[in-house]
Amino acid sequence: MNVIRLIVSAGLRDLSRSRWLIGYALGFFVLAEGLFWFGGSGPQVVLSLLNIVLMVVPLVALVFGAIHVYASREFVELLLSQPVPRKPLFTGLWLGLALPLAGAFAIGAGLPFVFNGGGGAGFSALATLAAAGVVLSFIFSGIATWIAWTTDDRLRGVGLALGVWLAATVLYDGAILAATAAFGDYPLERPLLAAMILNPVDLARLVVLSQLDASALMGYTGALFNKALGTAGGAAMAGAALLAWCGVPYLMSARRFARRDF
Amino acid sequence: MIRVEGLRKRYGSHDALRGVTLEFRTGAVTALVGPNASGKTTLIKSLLGLVRPDAGAIFVKDTPVDSGGDYRRAIGYMPQLARFPENLTVADVIALVASVRSGERSDAVRDDELIEAFHLVREMDRLVRTLSGGTRQKVSAAIAFLFSPEILILDEPTAGLDPLAAAILKDKIRSVRAEGRTVLITSHVSAELEGLADDVAFLCDGEIGFTGTFDSLLHQVGERRFEGAIASLFRSKGRVA
Repeated sequence: MNVIRLIVSAGLRDLSRSRWLIGYALGFFVLAEGLFWFGGSGPQVVLSLLNIVLMVVPLVALVFGAIHVYASREFVELLLSQPVPRKPLFTGLWLGLALPLAGAFAIGAGLPFVFNGGGGAGFSALATLAAAGVVLSFIFSGIATWIAWTTDDRLRGVGLALGVWLAATVLYDGAILAATAAFGDYPLERPLLAAMILNPVDLARLVVLSQLDASALMGYTGALFNKALGTAGGAAMAGAALLAWCGVPYLMSARRFARRDF
Repeated sequence: MIRVEGLRKRYGSHDALRGVTLEFRTGAVTALVGPNASGKTTLIKSLLGLVRPDAGAIFVKDTPVDSGGDYRRAIGYMPQLARFPENLTVADVIALVASVRSGERSDAVRDDELIEAFHLVREMDRLVRTLSGGTRQKVSAAIAFLFSPEILILDEPTAGLDPLAAAILKDKIRSVRAEGRTVLITSHVSAELEGLADDVAFLCDGEIGFTGTFDSLLHQVGERRFEGAIASLFRSKGRVA
């Protein structure tokens, strides 16, 4: 536990001074404040911000995360040459990356809501949007970590990270849309719900939308999602799915880190 | 102090180490030399537990290295590339490694001699990203010696150092040898190993080509200078030195 705490606090200190991460937080601040500035109400700002969060958070977590891990390799070797077990060291390294990323998002996107008194957005919608951004930071930094500890070639690793981002944010939805068009005569709601859970970006979108009552805009399918996720059981299922999405990349990376040669 | 028995390591179709057996004498400076891709770094990383060999065993102070990481408490390591988190200060980096190494112990003995000799005290509050390559190398050397380890593993320690800093580091290596500590050093600059190394281990294509004292190497190949002796070993293995 002591090793984890030491490595996490070093990671926080390191990345809190990173110009890239400060720029990331500032970017979200300017965007959210700008949306309020141009007359958006709280729920409108949440909706607009949601679309940006779902694209930008995975992109930054994947690319920044992979580059950060590649740049840390030699220092990790130095740490591993000390009397330290690999597992707590890995946990510290991952949390030392994911926490600053999540914190930069939460501060950057959250402060404008504080300054504008929430702008009329409900607490649950704001909390869900913040949680979605934080959880996506953890999930995609975990995937970035797995990529970087699995692929030795930095260029290939960053390319793979971009590929994962493209697949999760664009291609997956395209495939779902194509499947919906092709099998439109069949009852697709349940398979679609399952498909949404298999992609953390879609899952986060649905969870936030279910708090905004915007699912009414999505027709029958949206109503089904709202029905499924709006109940206590549905919310628990969505929460469990997002937690699983946090856990799987972490466990895969930890396993890889514990077994690999440096 | 360090015993290596039949060490084998293969990366894909490439045999990095082919049954390496050797011993590093306690209280001696051993130069680990060999051409590029001869297996030196793989051997060093195996000693540190960073690389897991396919076969063979390594014993550090009679403890097998695969029995856990605690044996590394006896080792100070200076890697070839000195890279630290860019936004930490020098003081942060040193404190982190010290804390990770000693845990909650506050009574750990610290050897600050290199920190003072390299004038790193005035660099303590500087961010790593603002340091030159040479200063990073000095920080790396200072960390390796900081905990007064019984064994020092130095991978190309003088690469990137100015002549004065290199001389300070070599003096430090001599002084720890005089204290009876064991030093394993790799370098491509043969001249700087002369007068520093007691023993030589020559590695080529993952196999030991020579192991013995510095004097016995000169005698065996009929050379008077270390550089010439190493060149002879290279030629004997079909390598152009």
